[in-house]
Amino acid sequence: MNTVKFRLTGVIELRELKELGLLPPEERLKKGPVAILECPEQIPCNICVPYCGLKAIKMDKITDIPRVDWDKCTGCGLCVAVCPGLAAFVVDLSRNDYDYVTLPHEFLPVPRLGETVTLLNRRGECVGEGVVVRLWEKNKTRVVTVRVPKGLGLEVRAIWVEKKQ
Amino acid sequence: MFDFEGVPVEAYEGESVAVALYALGVDVFSWSHKLKRPRGPFCMIGKCSNCFMSINGLPNVKSCRIPVKDGLKVERQRGWVAPEAIHLMDKHSEIVELNPDLLIIGGGPAGLEAALTASNYGLNVVLVDEHFKLGGQLLKQTHKFFGNVELFGGMRGFQIAEEYSRKISELRNVQVLTNTVVYGVFRGGVVGAINESKHYIIKPRAVIAATGAQERYLDFQNNDLPGVIGAGGAQTIMNEFGVKPGEKSIVIGSGNVGLIISYQLLQSGVEVKGVVEILSEIGGWFVHAAKIRRYGVPVFTRHALKYVEGNPRVQKAVVAAVDDKLNFVPGSEKEFDVDLVLLAVGLEPDARLHAQAGAVMKYIPELGGLVPIRTRDLETTVVNMYVAGDSSGIEEATTAILEGKIAALSIVSKLCDGSRAENASSTLEKTLRFLWDEYRSSPLLTRARRGKEQATVPREELEDFRKKFPSPISFG
Ligand code: SF4
Ligand code: SF4
Repeated sequence: MNTVKFRLTGVIELRELKELGLLPPEERLKKGPVAILECPEQIPCNICVPYCGLKAIKMDKITDIPRVDWDKCTGCGLCVAVCPGLAAFVVDLSRNDYDYVTLPHEFLPVPRLGETVTLLNRRGECVGEGVVVRLWEKNKTRVVTVRVPKGLGLEVRAIWVEKKQ
Repeated sequence: MFDFEGVPVEAYEGESVAVALYALGVDVFSWSHKLKRPRGPFCMIGKCSNCFMSINGLPNVKSCRIPVKDGLKVERQRGWVAPEAIHLMDKHSEIVELNPDLLIIGGGPAGLEAALTASNYGLNVVLVDEHFKLGGQLLKQTHKFFGNVELFGGMRGFQIAEEYSRKISELRNVQVLTNTVVYGVFRGGVVGAINESKHYIIKPRAVIAATGAQERYLDFQNNDLPGVIGAGGAQTIMNEFGVKPGEKSIVIGSGNVGLIISYQLLQSGVEVKGVVEILSEIGGWFVHAAKIRRYGVPVFTRHALKYVEGNPRVQKAVVAAVDDKLNFVPGSEKEFDVDLVLLAVGLEPDARLHAQAGAVMKYIPELGGLVPIRTRDLETTVVNMYVAGDSSGIEEATTAILEGKIAALSIVSKLCDGSRAENASSTLEKTLRFLWDEYRSSPLLTRARRGKEQATVPREELEDFRKKFPSPISFG
């Protein structure tokens, strides 16, 4: 296997996601919430496939890279909750004022609805602040939707919640 | 409440002595033989000697395997303490003879799945484990499993252990012996096992030894200081027992174990200063690396640990860049102020029982070391002695489960007849096909698959090995 850049750094660039066909097309992104599975290697895993009620994720063999049918996907976020690689995200870039990112969160403290949290990109750099607008849980993974500044929907991949004294 | 060197100390029920002391802030568990250097726990799963203590007057007891109890007297050893005669054996008045169809040694994913499968087909099973809980290394896995939903994918490791334990406790044809050590395999197909109160002489028709693996050590200055812990050891401390293993850490090795432990350290509130990788590429899966990178943990590729310092516990780790020949680059040192250095540099199969039984072994680097030669259905050159899970070569929990199932089905198809045997054979074929043709076809598992191919021989070749290197022991 040729070494690809994300294997050297642990960070995947948007360009690489695009080349691998893991990024929805521009028009689809503008339409509303949609899943992005940042799962670029042929690992033996297919958990997301049976969980997607709309059968929007395709995989023939357990070692295939999961492919989302962007037209079927409604951005429900179930794959975000179940993916053991914490590699599934839902982004909504359709609004004019803000972007929305739905991501997994397995740290304490649990964020509260309406709370302002720190936004982190794929390198762990702080890129701004966002507000928690939706929160639910499945088998101890919390699924958080954050409202982020316009333009950061494809950047923000984690949140950090300050511990209250 | 137990007694630690004359002081009564509190502990939680279900904790091991080692974890209870660790939680109390005890760094030094003993002092070495000659130089009296401090020693702290390392593997936490009963595979090393770092946590040896004197318990109720008995020296050299693995304190990680002893559950806390009222009235226990625990002391640290200053140097080597000779045991008083052959201590355990002659204390046991009660000798119990068991004649199960199948003896399974090791209650991890492979052993548990084997027990469940064999019991479903009506075999009488004895399942032995050293620990006081079943589950093996599943107990400390708090992350969700990959793989497929039928194989527990999506569940967390400890939940899988709970599910197996619950199911097995309901089975009338499986006898579980926890806190029991198998000490040897003998002529006539006899296996000896011992625990605090009983001595078992077991004569099974078949054996599956699924004894797991141990963590590798690494060479560097002061590598024996307390606070230098196996990654798995730290997982046991924090995930199985909920004790924070330290405050500031550095992780050596970027395979999946190193990446996953880094994430779990962050979850327990331990700072992770970085993951150190000697190669130029991250060892583990991208998704695991991405998980820690997005919380700001750096991965230092082409770096290695040079030395650590501290008294009595680690206080500083020095890491430096390496060149193409893996020599340290002068002047590239980075200092980290840490109280925890986690070694995640790989595992080594623990197949000592097979070796002792006289099985033909082979050194296979891809599998982490010495493993028994076996057929596709996992029988070794010792007749009716099988191997499964990490002791057959390092892979992971899902493959361990599949191997446990394969070994059990093969035994069922031999020991049973009629429709049960037929059914077992066809399920066996299906499971083999899934394991080899689907699961192991991932390019990320190439190394392990190649290793397993090298360890696997056709039946005829196994028979040749048996003729050339006959084992004095056989079962059945
Ligand atoms: S977001 Fe919902 S619909 Fe879209 S792929 Fe994930 S599970 Fe399926
Ligand atoms: S569940 Fe996650 S890790 Fe598994 S295939 Fe789907 S996206 Fe990849």
